[in-house]
Amino acid sequence: MAAGNGRGPLAGIRVIDFGWVWAGGIPGQLLADLGAEVIKVESLKRLDYMRQGRPLKGTRPDPEQNPWFHALNRNKLSVTLNLAHPAGVELARRLILKGDVVIENFTPGFMKRIGLDYPSLQREKPDLVMLSMSGTGQFGPLAGIRSYATIIAALSGMDSLVGYPGERVLGMQQPYADANAGIHAVFAILVALHHRRRTGRGQFIDLAQIETGVGVMGEALMETLMTKRVPGTQGNDYPGFAPHGHYPCQGDDAWVAIAVRSDEEWGALCRALDAEALLADPRFESAPDRWRHRRELDRALGEWTRRLTPYEVTVRLQQAGVAAAPILGPAELLADPHFRARGTFVEVEHPVLGTEVIYGAAWRMSRTPVGVRRHAPLLGEHNQEVFGRLLGLSLEEIHQLAQEEVIV
Amino acid sequence: MEALEGLRVVEVGPGTGVAYCGKLLADFGAEVLKVEPPEGDPSRRHGPFPEDLPHPERSGLFLMLNTGKKGVTLRPEGPRGGALLGALLGQAQVLVAGGMPAEVEGWGLVADRLEQTHPSLVACFITPFGMTGAYRDWRATDLTTSAISGVTRRIGSPEREPLKLPLAQSGYQAGVAAACAVLSALLAGDGGGPGQWIDVAEAEVWATVHAGFAVTRYLLAGHLENRSGHRFVNQPYPHTLLPCKDGVVALQCAESRQWQRLLQLIGDPEWGREPRYQDRLRNNREYADELDERLAPWLRERTREEIFVLCRERDIPCGPVRTVAEVLDDPHLAERGFFFEADHPEAGRLRYPGPVCRLSETPGRVRRAPLLGEHNEEIYCGRLGLGRDELPALRRAGVI
Repeated sequence: MAAGNGRGPLAGIRVIDFGWVWAGGIPGQLLADLGAEVIKVESLKRLDYMRQGRPLKGTRPDPEQNPWFHALNRNKLSVTLNLAHPAGVELARRLILKGDVVIENFTPGFMKRIGLDYPSLQREKPDLVMLSMSGTGQFGPLAGIRSYATIIAALSGMDSLVGYPGERVLGMQQPYADANAGIHAVFAILVALHHRRRTGRGQFIDLAQIETGVGVMGEALMETLMTKRVPGTQGNDYPGFAPHGHYPCQGDDAWVAIAVRSDEEWGALCRALDAEALLADPRFESAPDRWRHRRELDRALGEWTRRLTPYEVTVRLQQAGVAAAPILGPAELLADPHFRARGTFVEVEHPVLGTEVIYGAAWRMSRTPVGVRRHAPLLGEHNQEVFGRLLGLSLEEIHQLAQEEVIV
Repeated sequence: MEALEGLRVVEVGPGTGVAYCGKLLADFGAEVLKVEPPEGDPSRRHGPFPEDLPHPERSGLFLMLNTGKKGVTLRPEGPRGGALLGALLGQAQVLVAGGMPAEVEGWGLVADRLEQTHPSLVACFITPFGMTGAYRDWRATDLTTSAISGVTRRIGSPEREPLKLPLAQSGYQAGVAAACAVLSALLAGDGGGPGQWIDVAEAEVWATVHAGFAVTRYLLAGHLENRSGHRFVNQPYPHTLLPCKDGVVALQCAESRQWQRLLQLIGDPEWGREPRYQDRLRNNREYADELDERLAPWLRERTREEIFVLCRERDIPCGPVRTVAEVLDDPHLAERGFFFEADHPEAGRLRYPGPVCRLSETPGRVRRAPLLGEHNEEIYCGRLGLGRDELPALRRAGVI
């Protein structure tokens, strides 16, 4: 393979990123990890919710101290523009014309209200790719409803599957619908960039988080379509297979995940845990037996796993050829030998908070490097550089516009 | 013209990740060739099946994950199979391969070797833990890769075992991550390539894209986002799922004015002004059970749809927890034309979720999945130049 120049695969692609909060920040983060130049357009007048929160140093509110923001916005550049000011909108428009991709997740209709909707922008720049990301999309009876990840998880049907089998719905307790939408947004942008490369034409992407949510529930949709059954709370069950679940271990709130897929694996598991009594139990002899008696099996197996730590159970079972893994939290993730060996988490120096550990790229690529190149930007850190380099504004003009509350 | 028209992709190996990656590319026009073993991909035996009657051409999981692809059968182990796979790769720009690393390498798909034999190929490997690292060869399923990577710990009741995300989400997330990396590699303008290999680990996609932020929050701010039943931790109350007359609704008042509007909606109760309920983070930490009880009577008298409408009118974030059947009948998704219908010779006419993002110029489309070996003759004879009379011998030898 020919050696390249050491830049990420998307080097040379410029993204003007109005995405904010958690969901809106993800597409830009992933594109920046892949080497794109991502310019985050934000404002002190409408501070990104992710910059807020209790300060970790000192007592005064400080937009530079939210670690979640720092992880999400690494690699990006930051400029400030007040979009409530006509001159701020005009600068945003000029910036967009210098870019390849626009990302926004304001309430549907906002970009049109300020004259930055796709048809207006496309007239000036026919090869522009623009992503509008929202909970329910730009049109349809539910367009424009206030929708956070939790609301999307409910509306897309995914929450209806989360809970202990046959018990109340608990929901997934994490912003899965946001991250899922964010990574699908990157896919859509890249598809549009491929189309642009071949035709010279841009396009508009209407990403509805509810649709990306439904899109990852295929087998549940097919079950209802094919059998008329409506799946309910699933727990950790995998129909026909047992044991399949999370089992208590030695330690505080310590658990191991175990998935047995055959009689051979069941035998290997019992021998690996020295649990000959389980192997001899007629209730657990064949796969259908184990499935029928799965709750008793879960309890019985838990009595064996709780004598060992999650890692001890895992190593014994893996050596016997059975799928198992410890359930890890944040501290254990960082200490885990596998993630350490792969460099899944990396250190970065932040000017305000110092050394931070943040998550790295989602992939490894052999030729074009991907990952973390720099810390999250300070608010407006790149005003001079970006407005100077791309729009030809002088230092004096930038200062003047700051005083007029345009660049702020 | 479709966005990815002309892009040739070869997809090899079992699992949702590989199949979903291929499906995403196929729905936007790439020619994705699914290489299955002669007995068929394992998902053909998975179901669900119409009337619960197993049939290799009627498995819902297979049909949905393989829309728009071409299908050939091939056993890549052995010299004859390996040579045929090599010839297929010679005509492709992209390989998407998955399974256990040793299994993938057993098919001759070794990253370093492909660099020599197919220097311009983008080769993407989707495996549970990646092609390197201490757990490279660990056995894994969706359950265990989710468990180890930080997402599982957050779901379920605090006093009980954690719960996994529903369905094979590890595969979906690794699949879309892989599709992003593949398309990026093809766009690379670094003067090299285009060939290179990509290592996608299911566990790492979870640990970065989905659970990574929790690590930074924990390290710097001490937040531990453990499971807490039907509500979110470290969030202002309400951020929760509560029962109502005909099911469950999600309520999430991120802003105080949204909570105030909710209190107005339920009749401005006196308890809403009690001093102890004025710090909403504390409400979630200490008073959530009693606040759930206070909201319960109003919720119990109303259906999900009634509550949804009342909240929407007042800009209060709320969502009915919909069943899968309700999602299939959702008027909003219907008006957006989200679901597609496609005829299949064995499974009949079925609905499928449409392309998951709406692109104005190249909207993509969903076409049916291939039958087992449906394109053997077209590909092996038409594309690779084998004689028709050579196919029976390959079939007898168990190669195709």
